[in-house]
Formats: sequence, structure tokens, C-alpha cells
Amino acid sequence: MSEKVKFTIDGKECVAERGQNLVDAAADNGVYIPSLCHLRDVIPAGSCRICNIKNAGRIMTACTTPVEQGMEIENDISELNDMRKAIVEMLFVEGNHFCPACEKSGNCELQALAYRFQMMVPRYPYEFPIKTPDTQDSRLWIERNRCIKCKRCIRTIKTEDGKNIFAFQERGHKVEINIDHELAAGLSEEKIQEATDNCPVGSILKKGTGFSQPIGTRRFDKEAIGSDIEKVV
Amino acid sequence: MSKPVVATTSLAGCFGCHMSLLDIDEKILDLIELVEFNKSPIDDIKEFTKPCDIGLIEGGVCNSENAHVLKDFRKNCKILVSVGECAIMGGLPALRNGIPVKECIAEAYLGVPSVENNKEGILPNDDELPMITDRVYPCHEVVKIDYYLPGCPPRAELIWEAVAALVTGNEMKLPYEVVKFD
Repeated sequence: MSEKVKFTIDGKECVAERGQNLVDAAADNGVYIPSLCHLRDVIPAGSCRICNIKNAGRIMTACTTPVEQGMEIENDISELNDMRKAIVEMLFVEGNHFCPACEKSGNCELQALAYRFQMMVPRYPYEFPIKTPDTQDSRLWIERNRCIKCKRCIRTIKTEDGKNIFAFQERGHKVEINIDHELAAGLSEEKIQEATDNCPVGSILKKGTGFSQPIGTRRFDKEAIGSDIEKVV
Repeated sequence: MSKPVVATTSLAGCFGCHMSLLDIDEKILDLIELVEFNKSPIDDIKEFTKPCDIGLIEGGVCNSENAHVLKDFRKNCKILVSVGECAIMGGLPALRNGIPVKECIAEAYLGVPSVENNKEGILPNDDELPMITDRVYPCHEVVKIDYYLPGCPPRAELIWEAVAALVTGNEMKLPYEVVKFD
């Protein structure tokens, strides 16, 4: 049986079920905790560290922190926001993010976080790493230049009998996303669309659909990421 | 009192950012009241004739001439602004980063179907021509840049607001819709 607990975020009183992860619990209470790798109702990975919050003076990822009675969370403070902005900037220089030429521009969550934190230029030098895209699949395009290794695709897109379609190969800074072409051939059109939508950046794209939305009508053209959560309540 | 002096240039850019500057509609009349232009494609002044207050840089650095012009701007302008994605991160020209220069040149002068009369395989190699850099560099990796205006191109309002804020000293307005990377 679920038990309701009370906690605060930046002094605002919130109520949630005990054990619910903090990112979703905050959203239910109209508080946006910026996050990138997290997807609602998916087991959290805690890999991007954007959702870092302060709990009892310690910095931890909100997506992997279960809500407990009486927690006093710090979220929208300059120390954390600068850290989040720094991570976003690091992701921009570690990959090859050519926003003007990207199909996901305007709908990209990485870009949207950069807008929210008003990133004018990354504080780190650009790496321009060499990555090879995988274009051989007839329906999906794997653009490794833009991958931020959030594992959303690995965690959410499976075959009907539960096999992984996507996986990491190599290790450390060489790690890159790969696709099982044989298994991917059996995916339904809905799953292909889901893989595209779940990718926060333009790394997994359904072929033949790029640039279909005019500028001005895309998800983050007029509304900042998280503003839908902040509007509720 | 004399007006603040503005200089502009397009390095490895497409002149889209300059077009966006001209896209401020009737405010262009306010702009010429507010500032005087020196070296710029807008008035076709080729060399600096006096020290400038603001230098607007479009495009990144893809060859030795770009680097020379950029350093010249740094020397002659009190404030340098990177205008647009190419100046900030190399932009589309930087898509060649990671591809050896030799391969890029070969693709342009030997490999493409439109090249028909280069049977001897001549590559441009005249001393008069600028040297292509090993990769395209963001401006702030070559000289110190003071401010950045993202966008492809930066929205006309953003350029106008930035120039007006620099000239008047008033705080700049940054509405959400105006700061975009595409």
C-alpha cells in the first residue's frame, strides 16, 4: 500500500508517495528538476547528472533518490544551476553538435537545457571528435556524432520477447551506441517512432522525416523545457 | 561627442549574420544615428582608418587570411563579439574537422563530377592564396572574444539589442525566443 510523505523543495511543501523518485515527485508538485537521461516510468540510470540536487547538504542525482518523509531539498540554486550548465557545456564540446544542421533542433532536450541555462558559448574547448554514423538500417539512422550516452534507447526499446535492440560497445571515452540490425528489422513502426522520440538529441532518427516541422512550431521554440511542469499547480 | 565606431567582417561565414543585422527593419535608421561604421562590408571600407569600439565577427577561422583579419580586429577594436554559430563553434564549415585537409582539397579539385578539365590533377598552391587551416577554429580559440551572440543566424532583435546595449550601457533584454542555436 502506498504511503504519502511530505517534503520540501526550495522551501515549497510537496506531497508524494514514499519511494517515488524525486524528479517525478517534484514534477507532480509543479517543480521542475532539470534532467536529461531520465524518462518518466522508466528505471532511472542516473547517468547524466543534470538532475543533481542537494539533500542534507549533499549533492546527489534526484532521479535515483527515493522520496522520504521530511526531506529538505535544494534545487533551483546558483551552485547547482551552474553545475548543470557546466555539464550541458561539456556535452556540447564532447560531441559534434551542429544545431543549425540537425533534424532534432528545436525538439532537442540538450539544446533546450542550453537555452534554459542561457548557454552562449561552452566554457570548454571543442573536441571535434571523429565519430562514424551508422546509416545502413533502412528505417533508422544512428548519428553517433550527437549521442550523449544517456542509455534511454537501451532502456526502453526492446523486442517483443524482451531482447535489447541497442547496446553500448567499447569502454570509457570510446564508448558508442550500436544497433542490432537483425532485431531492429522486426520493430513495428510505432517502436521506430518511439526510439526516435525517446532520444533526447538527434542521435536516433526515423529516416525520411527530418525537418518536417517549421521553425516556430517546434517543442522548445517558444516554451522553455520544464515550463509545462511549472505551469501545473 | 563622436559616435561609437563599429566594424564588422565575415570570415568563414555565409554573410547570413550580416543579412540578419540588416534585417532590423526601420531600426537601421536608429543604428546609423547611434553608431558610425568603419571597416565593414556594409560600407565597403577595406582597412581600419581609426580605432573602433565594437567589432562584430561572423564566421570561424578556416584559413590564414581569416586568422590575420581576426587578429587585426582584435588589435583595432575595444570589444569583439562572436556573431553566430560559425564564429562561436565553427558552424557548418567545421563539418570538415576530422577530415584531413588533403582529402578535402582532393574532393573539391579532383573527385567531384563537375571537375572535367583538371587532367593533370593540379591543386591550388599559389603563394597568393591563403593557407587552409588544419581544422576550422572557433574565434575565441584564436583571439580573446568578449561577447557571444548565438544563432544561425542570430535573430535580428538579438544583434540589435546587443549593439544597443553595448553603445548605451543599458542592460540587455534576452527574451527566451531570441536566443536560439538555429
